[in-house]
Amino acid sequence: MSTPQALAAGSLPPTAPRRNESSASWRLTDRLGLGFAWFLGLLFCVITAAIVIYLFVQGIRYLRPSLLVTNPSAGFTESQTGGFLDPLIDTVVIAVMSMAIAVPIGIAIAVWLSEFGRPPVLARIVESTVEMLAGTPSILLALFGTLLFEAPWLGFLSRTSGGVVFGRSFFAAAAMLSLLALPLVVSSVREGLQAIPSHVREASYAVGKTKTATTRRVLLPAARPSVLTGTMLGLGRVIGDTAIVVLLLGNTLTNDPSGSAPILSALRGTGSTLTSYVFYNAPTGDGDQPGKAYAAAFVLLLMVLALNVGVDIVGRRGTALRWNS
Amino acid sequence: MKVDDDVLSDEESSAGPDQRAELTLGALVCVVVGLVLAMFVFVLHEAWPSFAHNGLHWFGAGGSVDNQIDAIYSSGDNAARAVYTFHAWPLIWSTILIVGGAVVIAFVCSLFVAVFIVEFAPEPMRALLQPVLRMLAMVPSVVYGLLGVLVVVPFINNHLISEHSKASVTPIITLDGYSLLAAVVILAVMIAPVMISIFVNGLRAVPRGWLEGSLALGINPWRTVWKVGVRTARPALVAGTVLATARGIGEAVMLSMVSGSVGFAPNPADGLVFIFEPSRPLAATIIDNIDQLTSPPMRHTLYALGAVLLFSGAMLSFAGWAAKQPLRRYGVLA
Repeated sequence: MSTPQALAAGSLPPTAPRRNESSASWRLTDRLGLGFAWFLGLLFCVITAAIVIYLFVQGIRYLRPSLLVTNPSAGFTESQTGGFLDPLIDTVVIAVMSMAIAVPIGIAIAVWLSEFGRPPVLARIVESTVEMLAGTPSILLALFGTLLFEAPWLGFLSRTSGGVVFGRSFFAAAAMLSLLALPLVVSSVREGLQAIPSHVREASYAVGKTKTATTRRVLLPAARPSVLTGTMLGLGRVIGDTAIVVLLLGNTLTNDPSGSAPILSALRGTGSTLTSYVFYNAPTGDGDQPGKAYAAAFVLLLMVLALNVGVDIVGRRGTALRWNS
Repeated sequence: MKVDDDVLSDEESSAGPDQRAELTLGALVCVVVGLVLAMFVFVLHEAWPSFAHNGLHWFGAGGSVDNQIDAIYSSGDNAARAVYTFHAWPLIWSTILIVGGAVVIAFVCSLFVAVFIVEFAPEPMRALLQPVLRMLAMVPSVVYGLLGVLVVVPFINNHLISEHSKASVTPIITLDGYSLLAAVVILAVMIAPVMISIFVNGLRAVPRGWLEGSLALGINPWRTVWKVGVRTARPALVAGTVLATARGIGEAVMLSMVSGSVGFAPNPADGLVFIFEPSRPLAATIIDNIDQLTSPPMRHTLYALGAVLLFSGAMLSFAGWAAKQPLRRYGVLA
């Protein structure tokens, strides 16, 4: 079950201590091989550094504070097309909404899998379902979401005109994005729960706590670092996704609320996030404003970098609090 | 003793709090499983008309796929004369070439890097590679796409494609840098972190004693890792490759940006020029034509493309699961 998390995280568990031995006595082919391995390892570092540095340079070149406080507008030049205030806000809104769905459900599934898991057949089914969900392309979730939220009985979540449900709204996008983040939360929390040794549970049972109380008061607090890690990995996936946003958020330039209720109308309406803004403004998109796309991509990269650092910090603190067994 | 506030307030319940918690969680879990099953049913149901009209020719070649898409879309106004004729081979061929190429490149690189990380990298290098690979895995695909369009594609157009090779295929297709090569290279970078993390897990699970045994016979560490470690970790290699393939097949946004988005089947008979030819894989076709969902026949066709992705994804995920089973013998519950 570690695969979905490993998929997104590229996380590497600790290794055994290694030997230090000179390769001078090896055959030439072996030494060439080792050299190639070194080269590839460095190459990945260089690629990452190049991506980050290049986007920083372009970001500093094109990002103006005014871009962050003006809304996008249709136009043909850099000066006409405005900034990306709405996409920026929407990215945050969408991220919060989808994690508000994915985290509780993810924790529930992880707790069920690790603490209950009966009958075993159902547990196996759930496991493979979560793994399959992790491998499902986001474009498919987007297609599924279109079908789901165009259903008449879910019409209250989006715009309806003349009996036809539009099916594109913040609710629809957040619901499908939460499915994208779910496997990451589940596998991370589950790993955290399984890392807690059984004597901790037994100690809690011994003082008369029920399983429910043990889970809530002992296990989940102990697994908090892994909940946090799962949340951040899921967030990275959610803010980085484009297909679901393009399809289910309506991909309008600015927020387009539906109805007149203050907050609800905005959430029932359409909008765009930074990813769809980049997609729209890339030379292959309809907007074709590379400068704007670079600026938005830079902001997006900053968010991902922050999450990456966050995962690192939590991971380090998590190892400091290891159970001594 | 007060065990659980809300449970004690519920007096008529004969079942203990644990049973109730288990039932509640179990119900929730079943809802999620049901949702995923519903996805299969909904997508296949919506896709069915396209498959029903074309039969197995759906997967075959014939005609220009872009013209077919236009015809399908414009026939949406009149339900009685809906056109469904669709031959997806150029899109499937493009998917095979791009994903296959990227997986081959990423596999070789990932294997070397995984061996390097597990056995040979000095501590600082390993500490550096972990966040680096996580970062590569977390960069949004649209950012890869943007860099592809603005950096890789112009580079290929200006430096790698000669005027001569452009002229050699002029009657058929224009070469402007949007190409198989760009798509393969960027996709390889995107899927390599997935492979590396699974390979590393597999290599770590190889029993230490087996490697020590080989070393004790005087075989150098490099040989030992390849002859003993990598062979033992073969199931992990298969699992990682399969999962990375699934990731590549589902990649829509980046490929739609750099692949050229032309329904053209690159022809290996053109010689080396063929890696510079544009194409468009299945997933990218969906996102490119997403505005056309309003036309019923086009909608069925797009869902049919989605159904193919869903089916191949499910098959790959099953294959990955099956390949990982032998790993359990060594006590790895991956």
